[in-house]
Amino acid sequence: MAEPLIFERSVPGRRGYLLPPSDVPGFRADDIVPSDRLRTEPPPLPEIAEFDAIRHYTRLSQQNFSVDTHFYPLGSCTMKYNPKLNERIAALPGFAFLHPFQPAAQVQGMLALLYELEQLLCAITGMHAFTLQPAAGAQGELTGLKIIAAYHRRKGRRRSTILIPDSAHGTNPASAALSGFQVVQLVSGRDGLIDLNELKEKLTKDVAALMLTNPNTLGLFEREIKTIAAVLHEQDALIYMDGANMNALLGIARPGEMGVDLLQLNLHKTFSTPHGGGGPGAGPVGVVKRLEDFLPVPRVRKVGKRFRWEERSRASIGRVHGFYGNVGVLVRAYAYIRALGREGLMRANQAAIINANYLKAKLQPIFPVPFDDHCMHEFVVTLKALKTHGVTAGDVAKRLLDYGFYAPTVYFPLIVDEALMIEPTETESKETLDEFADALLAIEQEAKTKPDLVRQAPQRMIVERLDEVKAAREPNLRWKAGTFLFSPEGSTQRK
Amino acid sequence: MIQIPPELVYTKSHEWARRLPGAAQAGDAIEIMVGITAHAQEELRDIVFVELPKIGRTVKQGEAAAVIESVKAAFDIYAPVSGAIARVNEAVVKSPQLVNQDCYGTGWLFAITPSDPKEFSSLLSSGAYSQQVQAQAH
Repeated sequence: MAEPLIFERSVPGRRGYLLPPSDVPGFRADDIVPSDRLRTEPPPLPEIAEFDAIRHYTRLSQQNFSVDTHFYPLGSCTMKYNPKLNERIAALPGFAFLHPFQPAAQVQGMLALLYELEQLLCAITGMHAFTLQPAAGAQGELTGLKIIAAYHRRKGRRRSTILIPDSAHGTNPASAALSGFQVVQLVSGRDGLIDLNELKEKLTKDVAALMLTNPNTLGLFEREIKTIAAVLHEQDALIYMDGANMNALLGIARPGEMGVDLLQLNLHKTFSTPHGGGGPGAGPVGVVKRLEDFLPVPRVRKVGKRFRWEERSRASIGRVHGFYGNVGVLVRAYAYIRALGREGLMRANQAAIINANYLKAKLQPIFPVPFDDHCMHEFVVTLKALKTHGVTAGDVAKRLLDYGFYAPTVYFPLIVDEALMIEPTETESKETLDEFADALLAIEQEAKTKPDLVRQAPQRMIVERLDEVKAAREPNLRWKAGTFLFSPEGSTQRK
Repeated sequence: MIQIPPELVYTKSHEWARRLPGAAQAGDAIEIMVGITAHAQEELRDIVFVELPKIGRTVKQGEAAAVIESVKAAFDIYAPVSGAIARVNEAVVKSPQLVNQDCYGTGWLFAITPSDPKEFSSLLSSGAYSQQVQAQAH
């Protein structure tokens, strides 16, 4: 049964706690707040008992799909398992109970961890220096773009174009536009990779940088990356790599050696820290030596055996986050890297690539792979053939929920019609991959024989097919007193 | 069969363009009306959001001038010819479903005062566009 809103569980006068009478002098709200700013009525907060609140939120949490409960093959999101050891380490009192205003002398252990994490990320990527501040991949991109702008400004010129392949992550053009750049799209070649002729044609004097995702969103490694970097460097344009797909390179290849000038890493993807609602995220940015001066401040510096904050730097783009980013997440990533070590990271990566290729080989006879090659950590199939049965990739994704699998990324990248983008990650067993492949093949049969079943999926979820169009055209985002999504008697009203 | 009116011209990226009759004869500036094709709206499926360019903005042929968002994804709509944005269809901002319901009529997007009349004649005929759509389906 669908869970009512917590407001609908409210009963006037019911409470979670009875507070003891106050034994300190009180004050009147209108003594300290201008009267026109005061509410005339109390806010409509839910009135419920403590265990009602606990049951409500526990039930909601149990209705979720998550990495801890289901296979989660969300392409280009790297939803890998979050080892519980990381949680234990991040909860150690010496990390968890620090206050961000504590002086550096009292938090030497934490500073040492942050410093070492920067060194480890440099070793993994071949970059010269890192900032751990950005709180997400997209904020890392924004930080990178500000560094790109600062670099060209220092050279005394204004460049306003960023080249982005059509196979890049969708955040790339958004970040570039937000930073005030013009985005020029590179059309991929027939092999799904960057077309060198297209690159040369669009590489004007105004190009500040190329932003590319490597491997790209088709799960293909840009084989010509060194040549691409050389072509850009000839014009002193920079090459930014979206490192969100770094799970395909760990321990095997280093972007620094490919000619990449700067990149962001998504610790919540590649380095096993919680993702999405389980976040917060972290998107550290690494740069080559000639860009180091532009990194955000503060930076952790090691002087002798001691660590301190460096608050000022003339060329820095400034702060991008309060204090030093989401430090609790950084501790988890550090624990992950140290637990696996160089050998372990490489083996995890190899398993991710093998898992993706295994699944691709199982699905390919039924679902074609338009840009076909050995893939890296993810691959994209097209469900175009199901169109004749009136079944879309979105329908198949929803039907997968009925089979107990979270849906892969759909309709992305845009260069593949009816795309399903699948990334199994290294942690899944052969049994899980087989079950997932069997489910997809079964749905393909359903699409041919019982298309309505797929078109109306999900059937077995607590909430059935939602009206996405109405939700987007007439969003209803706030609860209003006196309105009920579900009737007070508890029976659901579907609209 | 997908509707591809013979009196319009088309782009590879699935926009249609119409030269408004009358305006040219009166000696006024010509206007090129722009929208997306029936094939495009069918592929996009239910459109939920339309962002139109500002009137007066100059666009180059092939430059992204508007954005259409459907339940699938967001897509750029490209200017079929260079020029200045002369008018926009505010109705589709309020009711994006017009683009689905009547893409060649009330669901038009914007009109351009072209800066280079030759560009219009370089666009695809209905026959050429129809061939392209069929080629993509296979």
